[in-house]
Amino acid sequence: MAIGINGTDYAAPVDPRVSLLDFLREQAGLTGTKLGCNQGACGACTVLIDDERVLSCLTLAVQADGRKVRTIEGLSDAHGNLHPLQVAFIKHDGFQCGYCTPGQICSAVAMAEEVRRGDPSHVTANLAAGPQGPTRSEIAERMSGNLCRCGAHNGIISAIEELLEGGRA
Amino acid sequence: MKPFIYTRPADGAEALSLAARSNQTRFLGGGTNLVDLMRQNVETPAEVLDVTRLRADIEQSASGGLIVGAAVRNTTLAVHPYVRQRFPVLSRALLSGASAQIRNMATVGGNIMQRTRCAYFYDVAGARCNKRNPGGGCDAIGGFTRYHAILGASEHCVATHPSDMCVALAALDATVHIVGPDGERRVPITEFHVLPGDHPEVETVLRPAELITAVEISPSAMAARSEYRKVRDRSSYAFALVSVAGAIEIAQGRIADVRIALGGVAAKPWRAARAEALLRGKEVSQKQFLDAAESELAAARPLEGNRFKIELAKRTIAAVLSDLAGGAA
Repeated sequence: MAIGINGTDYAAPVDPRVSLLDFLREQAGLTGTKLGCNQGACGACTVLIDDERVLSCLTLAVQADGRKVRTIEGLSDAHGNLHPLQVAFIKHDGFQCGYCTPGQICSAVAMAEEVRRGDPSHVTANLAAGPQGPTRSEIAERMSGNLCRCGAHNGIISAIEELLEGGRA
Repeated sequence: MKPFIYTRPADGAEALSLAARSNQTRFLGGGTNLVDLMRQNVETPAEVLDVTRLRADIEQSASGGLIVGAAVRNTTLAVHPYVRQRFPVLSRALLSGASAQIRNMATVGGNIMQRTRCAYFYDVAGARCNKRNPGGGCDAIGGFTRYHAILGASEHCVATHPSDMCVALAALDATVHIVGPDGERRVPITEFHVLPGDHPEVETVLRPAELITAVEISPSAMAARSEYRKVRDRSSYAFALVSVAGAIEIAQGRIADVRIALGGVAAKPWRAARAEALLRGKEVSQKQFLDAAESELAAARPLEGNRFKIELAKRTIAAVLSDLAGGAA
């Protein structure tokens, strides 16, 4: 088996101690995914495995064997056009230093799909019915695993709001 | 991180035979806790058995209960339509835990087996800890104890169990399915974790080489009206200071049955049996709820930094029951 990363297969590392994060950055040369806390507290290392958002710092690379990984480098289309959410982040000033941005964007791309499926969150009033529209409080709760120390959260939420209202993920 | 062998057993039988070879083996779920502990050298297994591709189904029993495979992800269980409708306390507890990314990774078995987040337990280089080094002392006692236990602690350990899910499972009378060298057995979740006593390094009744295969939740009409309230230092992505899982059944203005479990207060999910016993058959009123909570917390032994948890727990119990009782209280 192999780890599929943005459409390219990589052999899993021999040393099982290698995190998926280190594997992406040091062996696959994909440095878009960032190392923040390295202990599951900040979300900077968020990537998608089989389309679900996970923390690559707490994932052993060998655990991704046979799975499809998508990183920030894999979000633009074949012509290099930015993902609509990347465009929205620029428009709404969804960042300052940019360090948390790849994690924020990967996280939000998967989050949009969760909302579309009708998955409830901690702030969803009616569990059985699911979320009643992408309100700012729903977005904030669902993005709480991605910290931004510059404090760009309001811009980040606005960018995600635009994506969700546009009906595209 | 110390070197280790990574193995992905093909099935439960292979997992068990591999685990039985050595006591230096750990089962790996989502890794959200174990990988972190290994990186801090709190856990130093020689071999890691990845059981995330084993039993991951949610099965509805004929009686209306659920059997949840140990490898089911926290998100999968939280958003399951039947859980949302029939066991809302479980869905709510799961959704209040960690972040979306971590819930996508974490498994049900791993959630039950996660270790305390006591900062002294994590601080291998700088702190004494009786869990890590039995008999070596505890630096939490006399230290920063805002997040530590008020119930069931000992002079050797004041750590709390960090799970939200387990608090809901305790209120729902869930049963843990276990398989090991001596065959299969079942343990109520309320008896699965143990209080520290003289041996804080012993955290559960799980024996060497035993593996959790599933959690069974019995059907309960009361569970459809259940709730989880988590009080914490920030409104999302934080461990509980105090949490309450509750369910109540009211008939003719009286409490026919009630379930209360507390999180953030002890080394195990704390089933408030004393409060429940006091409430059964009583009239529904805010005073009854507060009196019952008072009685449950009478056994609390706070530390310098967590005395506030006693009042917080009482008020949260009363608030949850009051909410569930609707206009009746």
